Amino acid sequence: MAITLKVNGRTHSLDLDPATPLLYALSDDLQLNGPKFGCGLGQCGACTVIVKGQAVRSCVTTVKSVEGSDITTLEGLGTPEKPHPIQQAFVDEQAAQCGFCLNGVIMTAKAFLDKNPKATEAEIQQAMSGVLCRCFTNVRMLRAIQRYAR
Amino acid sequence: MKASRRDFLKTSGVLLVGLRTLRAQGPLQGSPPLNQLDSWISIAADGSITAYSGKEELGQGISTAQQQLVAEELSVPFNRVKLIYCDTALTPDQAHTSGSQSHPANFNTDNLAQAGATAREALFRMASQKLGVPVERLTASDGVISGGAKSVTYGQLVEGKKFSLALDSKAKRKSPSQWTVLGKPIPRPDIPDLVTGKFEFVHNVRLPGMLHGRVVRPPSISATVASVDESSVAGMPGLVKVVVKKNFVGVVAEKPWQALQAAGKLKVTWHPGPPLPDQATFHDSLRRLPARDALMVDSGDVDAKLSGAGSTVLKATYLHPYQMHGSMGSSCSVADVQGDRATIYSATQAVWYQKSTSAMILGLKPENIHVIFRRGSGCYGVNGADTVTYDAAILSQAVGKPVRVQLTRKDEMAFENYGPAYVLDQRASLDSNGNIATWDHESWSPGLGNRPGTNRPGNIITGFLLGFPPADFAPRSAGPPPPGAPARVNNNSNGVPSYLASVTGTVQSGRVLTHTVESRFFTGPLRSPARLQNTFAHESFMDELAAKVKADPVEYRLRHLRDARLKEVLQAAAKGANWETRPSPKPGNRKTGIATGRGAASVLYEGDNGYTALVAEIEVNQDTGKIVVKRMVAASDVGPISNPDGLRNQVEGGALQGLSRCLGEEVTWDNEKITSVDWRTYHSLPLGFEVPKIDAVLINRTEGEVMGAGETSITLVAAAIGNAIFDATGARIRQVPFTAERIKAALAARA
Repeated sequence: MAITLKVNGRTHSLDLDPATPLLYALSDDLQLNGPKFGCGLGQCGACTVIVKGQAVRSCVTTVKSVEGSDITTLEGLGTPEKPHPIQQAFVDEQAAQCGFCLNGVIMTAKAFLDKNPKATEAEIQQAMSGVLCRCFTNVRMLRAIQRYAR
Repeated sequence: MKASRRDFLKTSGVLLVGLRTLRAQGPLQGSPPLNQLDSWISIAADGSITAYSGKEELGQGISTAQQQLVAEELSVPFNRVKLIYCDTALTPDQAHTSGSQSHPANFNTDNLAQAGATAREALFRMASQKLGVPVERLTASDGVISGGAKSVTYGQLVEGKKFSLALDSKAKRKSPSQWTVLGKPIPRPDIPDLVTGKFEFVHNVRLPGMLHGRVVRPPSISATVASVDESSVAGMPGLVKVVVKKNFVGVVAEKPWQALQAAGKLKVTWHPGPPLPDQATFHDSLRRLPARDALMVDSGDVDAKLSGAGSTVLKATYLHPYQMHGSMGSSCSVADVQGDRATIYSATQAVWYQKSTSAMILGLKPENIHVIFRRGSGCYGVNGADTVTYDAAILSQAVGKPVRVQLTRKDEMAFENYGPAYVLDQRASLDSNGNIATWDHESWSPGLGNRPGTNRPGNIITGFLLGFPPADFAPRSAGPPPPGAPARVNNNSNGVPSYLASVTGTVQSGRVLTHTVESRFFTGPLRSPARLQNTFAHESFMDELAAKVKADPVEYRLRHLRDARLKEVLQAAAKGANWETRPSPKPGNRKTGIATGRGAASVLYEGDNGYTALVAEIEVNQDTGKIVVKRMVAASDVGPISNPDGLRNQVEGGALQGLSRCLGEEVTWDNEKITSVDWRTYHSLPLGFEVPKIDAVLINRTEGEVMGAGETSITLVAAAIGNAIFDATGARIRQVPFTAERIKAALAARA
């Protein structure tokens, strides 16, 4: 059936099974590279997008449930030429190894800090406790998030 | 080429395929020859420089360092160099990107480094001829060679032609003291694309007309297909084909969600394999299985010294679980097999071996297969990258169209090649001064399969399901230890304790006997393979010996080491941590509540590939068994440093990955199947936890060879934490992972 998705300010009408997880529509139909399939279970964060200001796990969110909502992906924040300040903070801290987790880390941190701009270090750690980086770039990533928060 | 570096281990200890054998067969057809300059570097008419390497970027920063290397040797800015790596049609065959070998292979006196030096000297000779100025009076800067008020650009010298020169083993590398590009913390050029979603992982390769495949795996590796009921998925939307080949089952559909639905619905009946061993008694059972034995060191006097009158003898057994790579993204590949030709996008660590083994599973000629590396999710060894490449290739061949396959989380975790479990018995006797008189090491470890190498697709799950056997396992007794050269041979595995005189220590008497038994799960190299497990035992036991004679653990190590750089790196870590010289456990600590302590460990990784030492400072909650690591000081000496920020990133990541493996990670199973199949059942530390402060102490060298750095700090974490727990509490924990339950049990067992 026809599903209307508003992604990064553009509206797309897609012919999809309404039970399709949003991630599949973003990465396959809309060919976005930012949101990633990590576990498909909502456990690792790799697929995170921001919907109405909330960090949402797109691998366990159906397209039907976000129809018409404003969806922002990593691409919607900035570009290599004009990065968003949180993206720039990760460049400045050289906070990456393989980089596969970055989408979940950045989108989760951004949604949290937008709502909690005065969060303490401990609160940020807590907010990031549902996100994985298996290369364990924790030190630099948490530093990048702090840098953006300041 | 240090071809022999890892060969011994790979052909003996853990049933690996010998690299020496692989190299003897030479590069597979199609790759440019290693000994020709044009294989490595080309300069276009506009002066732009392209370098070609067989060592790939997995996230460890090696592409940045390689770009620095070429820019340095050719005296051009970093950005002037473009680097292409690991494409079977374009780049020299450098076997695997693994084993912390990219720096030793490409930054000393061979390969890419030598190509850079050869190119620079060739350009100077050409310039001398063209300008009529002697080579010694020429200088190069920014791609221009000048002398005697005249100058010429690289582009004008080469004129878009080939060099047509062999690599010159006498061409002189720039000395680290002259470096202006190497040795600098140049930022990684891939990060801006990574943080903005522009970067293309193998997961993002999209070919025209591409379909989507999913595999249906058996409950365990030894289960076999009884029947596949295709009618169970008949008429499902988008379904293109059900593919069954021996025990390989998969589906292809138009869209990924459709493929997942069909794979879930397809009714497959399996003949179960024999039941899996009871995990509770698993470690002990390894001692009783038919084994392939290797005696790596034997001074001949160990039993006499252990039973000598009046000698103090200590023994301890250390246990390590199977652990998994557990890459963040499940593995993915895109293959396009049309007729007798194939183009394959893979995150494999060895595109050339992927080519030769894909040829085997597809029944095609290797020269008709083109394998192109694209980065996957975190690679710490044999994750699912190779096996999913076979999945994509087989499914693509079945439909004659490009097919993308990404594994489910469960299929990734239940069937990868795990880092093997270990049982490690350590025994030592002490002389009347409290020094080590003899050290006896005996270990048991299960192995099955490995990297596919040139011709063993059955070493990983998909090849095995397709009917290819894994490498043979034949039990055998140990022969005599290799004559004359224990240091050379045994250096490679860290199976030999650092304190033996045959490696980096002073202890003359020792024995190292290893037993490899058959595993019921696939195994393979996982970051610091075997070294991490061996070093956990050695460096914990060394602490037990120091405690026995009431010696300071650092001082006791130094007393038994003779390698000056290993001593220096240990002293650097101790200094960085303001190490207080005293025996463990820490005097005055109470037996309840929070106790603090510190622990140290050190090793020369692989016996010749990275000096490393670690001090961990921790808190133990003795009521709950919970550990909080407050600080880790990781010292490193890997020779001249190519990129200090890149090295720091590896040291930090290794320390925390080691912490996760030490505190929580353990593969689990029931009598039928693997049960650690997601992030609720396999316990990784998340991004946000009480992350310790990590101080990386980097010892730089301005001469000598470079070494690998990627597997240094991780090797020491379990021992340093275990030693710190002992320091804090007086309780010794000898089984990884150090779960709260195990810590509480160790605390309860205190004298």
